[in-house]
Amino acid sequence: MKTIINGVKISLRAEWFDKDLLDFLREDLDLTGAKRGCGIGVCGTCVILINELPVQACKKTVADIVDMTVLTIEGMSNKDDPLHPLQQAFIDAGAIQCGFCTPGMVLTAHAFLLKNNCPSREEIRKAIKGNLCRCTGYQQIVDAIEEAARHYRK
Amino acid sequence: MSKLKAKAWRNDATAKVTGRAKYTDDLKFVDMLHAVPKYTDHVHAKITGIDTSVAENCEGVVCVITAKDIPGQVYWGQIQKDYPMLAQEKIRTHGDVVALVVAATREQAIVAAGKVVVDVEKLPAVFNPKEAMHPDAPLVHEDKGTNIVVHHRVRRGDMKDGFEAADFILDEKFNTQFIEHAYMEPESAVCNPRPDGVMEVYGSMQHPFSTRRFTAAILGVPLSEVEVITVPMGGGFGGKDDTAAIVCARTALAAQITGRPVKMTYDREWSIRESYKRHPYVIQYKMGVSKDGRITAVQTSMVTDAGAYCSVTPWVTWRSTVQCCGPYKVDHVHADVYGVHTNNVFTGAMRGFGSPQVNFAIEQLVEMAAEKVGMDPIAFRRKNMLRQGDTTVTGQVLDTHTVSLDQVLSNVMNEIDYVQKLKRCTYGMSDSDEEYGIGLALSYRGMSLGAEGVDFCSAIVNVQADGSILLETGIHENGQGSESVMILVLAEALGVKKERIRYRRPSTSTIPDSGTTVASRGTLMGSGAVTKAVDQLKAVFAEGLAETLECGESDIQFKDEKILSTSNNKWISFEEGVSILFSRQMYPFAMGVFKAPRVSWNEENGQGDAYFTWVYGCQAVEVTVNKKTKKVKIINAVASHDIGKAVNPPMLLGQIYGGMAMGLGYGLSEEVVIEQGVIQNTNFHKYKILRATDVPEMTGIIVENHDPRSPIGAKGIGEPALEITAPAAANAVKRALGIRSHSIPIKVKEMLNKEV
Ligand code: FES
Ligand code: FES
Repeated sequence: MKTIINGVKISLRAEWFDKDLLDFLREDLDLTGAKRGCGIGVCGTCVILINELPVQACKKTVADIVDMTVLTIEGMSNKDDPLHPLQQAFIDAGAIQCGFCTPGMVLTAHAFLLKNNCPSREEIRKAIKGNLCRCTGYQQIVDAIEEAARHYRK
Repeated sequence: MSKLKAKAWRNDATAKVTGRAKYTDDLKFVDMLHAVPKYTDHVHAKITGIDTSVAENCEGVVCVITAKDIPGQVYWGQIQKDYPMLAQEKIRTHGDVVALVVAATREQAIVAAGKVVVDVEKLPAVFNPKEAMHPDAPLVHEDKGTNIVVHHRVRRGDMKDGFEAADFILDEKFNTQFIEHAYMEPESAVCNPRPDGVMEVYGSMQHPFSTRRFTAAILGVPLSEVEVITVPMGGGFGGKDDTAAIVCARTALAAQITGRPVKMTYDREWSIRESYKRHPYVIQYKMGVSKDGRITAVQTSMVTDAGAYCSVTPWVTWRSTVQCCGPYKVDHVHADVYGVHTNNVFTGAMRGFGSPQVNFAIEQLVEMAAEKVGMDPIAFRRKNMLRQGDTTVTGQVLDTHTVSLDQVLSNVMNEIDYVQKLKRCTYGMSDSDEEYGIGLALSYRGMSLGAEGVDFCSAIVNVQADGSILLETGIHENGQGSESVMILVLAEALGVKKERIRYRRPSTSTIPDSGTTVASRGTLMGSGAVTKAVDQLKAVFAEGLAETLECGESDIQFKDEKILSTSNNKWISFEEGVSILFSRQMYPFAMGVFKAPRVSWNEENGQGDAYFTWVYGCQAVEVTVNKKTKKVKIINAVASHDIGKAVNPPMLLGQIYGGMAMGLGYGLSEEVVIEQGVIQNTNFHKYKILRATDVPEMTGIIVENHDPRSPIGAKGIGEPALEITAPAAANAVKRALGIRSHSIPIKVKEMLNKEV
C-alpha cells in the first residue's frame, strides 16, 4: 500500500492506518507545515490537499491517504525554485502576519483556484470560510487570491 | 474593492508561506520527552493529597511533577507573585494545574495524567466581582485579606459644580464580556537543558524577558542560566504573556528534573481553559450635559473581574482610568475603577488593554447625550472633543504632538459618505425584514506603557567586515512584522539597501531586557532604539573616515549605499568605508537605547501626564440587521488612524484590518461563557471568531502627523485598530433597530425581546 506525498511515493504499513493523519505528517514525516490549531476540524490550519481537494488532516487517519495523491505546503514549491505565484501573491498582498494560518489558507485557495480561476471576492471568501485567521481580517488574503487567479487562467 | 497597491515586504514571509518557518511545536530534539498538565474538576478547593503512584507506573511515564518538586519559587507573577506554577495548597480556579506528567510520548503522558488522583476539600467559591468585594465573600487569596486587587481613581474639578451646570443628567450602565485571544497557535514550549548548564527555552510567547524571569524563578537559578530564544509565534494579541511564560517555565522544570529535552504543547481546550482572558467590565456612568451640548461632569464606577490571579489587572484598569471619559474634554470627573478577584479564569493583557471596554460605553453614551440635548452626535463630539492644547481628564496638556481627532473623523465621514448614509438608517421602521444602520466611534490612546512601567528599549547594529549588517532589537516579533519595520528603519537611517540587513534571531542572552512588546510600543520604542544606534554608528564612521574623505566629521553623510562628504563631494562605497574602519581597528558596532520621555502619575487623585504621546482614530461601520433571522451583517467598515509615520504601509493596513475584524467579533459574536467558574466553550466550534464571510471589505486611511517625541515620528497601531470597532457597530445597530444594546456581544434577539 502506498501514497504519494508531494510527488514522493511512500509505502504505508497497515499498523499505521488508525494514526491521526496530522500527527503522521508532522511527527513521522516531519512535514510540519500543516498546523494543529483546533484538532477538531474547525480552524483549517491543518488543511492539506488529497487528490486536489482540501481536507482537514486532523479529521483523517493514515488509511484515508492510501492510493491517494497528497499535497502539503512543502510541496507547493521546490526549495530553489521561485515561489508558486499564489505564494508570491500572499507575500505581495501582505496576507501574512503570524503565518500560522498561511499553509492551510494557501492550500485551500490553491484547490479553489484550480476549479474557479475567475472568482469574485465573495466566492473567494466562501472558499476560505473554513480557514480561520485571527491576524489579518482576511482582506489582504482575499486580495492575494484574487490577484493570483490570473495565473490559473493560463 | 481593494486593489493591490504597494507590494508588501517582510523578512519572514517566504519562510511562512512555504511552511518552512519552524514554530515551537515544529521543533524536535534528540531524546525529547513530552509533558502535559493535570487539571482537576474543581474551582475552589483545599488540596489534601495528590497521589501520583498509579500514573508513575503507566507505560512510558518518566516522572510526575508536583509543587513539592519545584526547586525555586512556587508562586510568581508580573506584579503580585500570586500565581502558583503548580497548585500547592489550594485550587483557586478551574484552569489550575496540579501536576505535570512527563512521558516518552504525548499520548502516554495524557493517559497517565488521567490517573493522577487529587484529594480535596471543596471551598465556597465566588464568581461575581461585585459580590467578591463584599467583606463576607470567600477569599480567593487568604493572605491578601481582600479580593480587591486594585482601586484607581480620578478626582478632578468639583462634582457639585459639574452637575449643577448640567441641564440633563444621563445615568447608564454597560456590560462587556470575557474574550479569548484566540491566537491560532496554542501555547507550546520546548526546553533543552544544555551541557553548559544553561536551560534553553523555545516557546510560543510574546515576552522573552518575562518568560526568562518566570523560568529562572521556578528553577531557582540566576537569569544568566536561562536563555529564551525567539521562534516564529502563531499570534499573541497580548495573550502570550503570563500563561505562555508559565507553560515555558513548567516545561523547563520538567527538563531540569529529567535532564532531557522536554516539549509541552497545549490542546486548544487546555489553552482556552487555562489562559487569561480580556477583562469583562461593568461600567456605570453618570454624565451631566448642558443645553448647548457641553459635557459638564462625568462620574463613573467600573468593576472588573480579575479572576483568580492578579496578572496585569492593575495596569489594565489603569488604562481604563486614564481614558475613562474617552477623547473628550471634561472638567469635573470622579472615577473609581476596581479590579476584583473571583474564582473565574484570570484576566490579563489583551490587545487594547483596558480601553475597548470603556470605549464601548463612552462612545454610545455621547450619542445618547447628544440625543437628549437634541443635537447631532457628530456636532456633539466636535463640541466636546480634545483639541490642540487641551487638557485631558488627568490634567495632561496635549501640546507636544498634533491632536488630530477632527482630521480622522472627517476622513472617515468623507470616505464612507456618512452624512448621506445617515439618512438611509431605518431605526426599526423598515418595510422589509432588513434594517439598516451606520455608526462611528472615536478614540484617543496613550502610547506605550505610560506611567505603568519603566519604558526603555535597546537595539544592536553590528556591521560585518564585508558590509553586511546584523540587527537585533529588544522588540519581539509577534507576527505583526516588527522585524521588517526595524530593518526598514535601519536601512533608511543608514542610507543602505534593506537586503544588506539580517535580523538576528533574538535571545535573552544577547540583548538587554527591553520590556514587553505590548501596548503598541513595538514600532515606537524599537525604531527609537534603532535610530539611537544609527546615530552612534555614524559617529564611528565619521571619526574613522574624515581623513580619507578629507573633510570634517560633521560633513559626512550616508546615502544610496555611499558614505560621502558634503564639503567636497568625495565619496566611498559603504563597503570601502567599512573596510577602512576595520583596518583602523574600529568596529562599526553600536548599541542604541531609547528611553521613553518622562511621565507622571499621582495615584491619589489620578492626575498626571500619563503617556508621553497619544494617537487618534475614528472608525465607522455599516450594518444590516435582519429582524427575522436576528442576524447582524456588517457590510462596510472604514478606519482612519493617525500613527505618526507609516514605516511599512501594507503591513500597517494589515494591522488595521485585523484589528477591526477582532473588534467586530468583540462587538457582535465573541464571548467566553463561564458557568460556575467552568468555561463552556473551549474550542472554535463554540467560541466564534469571525470567518472570511463574516467580515466586510474594509478601508484604512493612514494619517501621518509625525510625532516630535518619536525619533522617526512613528507611533503605533496594534491596539488603536481594535478599540473602537465595537462601539461603532453598536451605534450602527442602534440606528438600524432604533434601540440600543448596553452590552456586548450584541444579541439582537434579546434586544428585540426586551422591547416587546
Ligand atoms: S487543526 Fe484541523 S481544522 Fe483545526
Ligand atoms: S496570519 Fe496569523 S492567523 Fe492568519
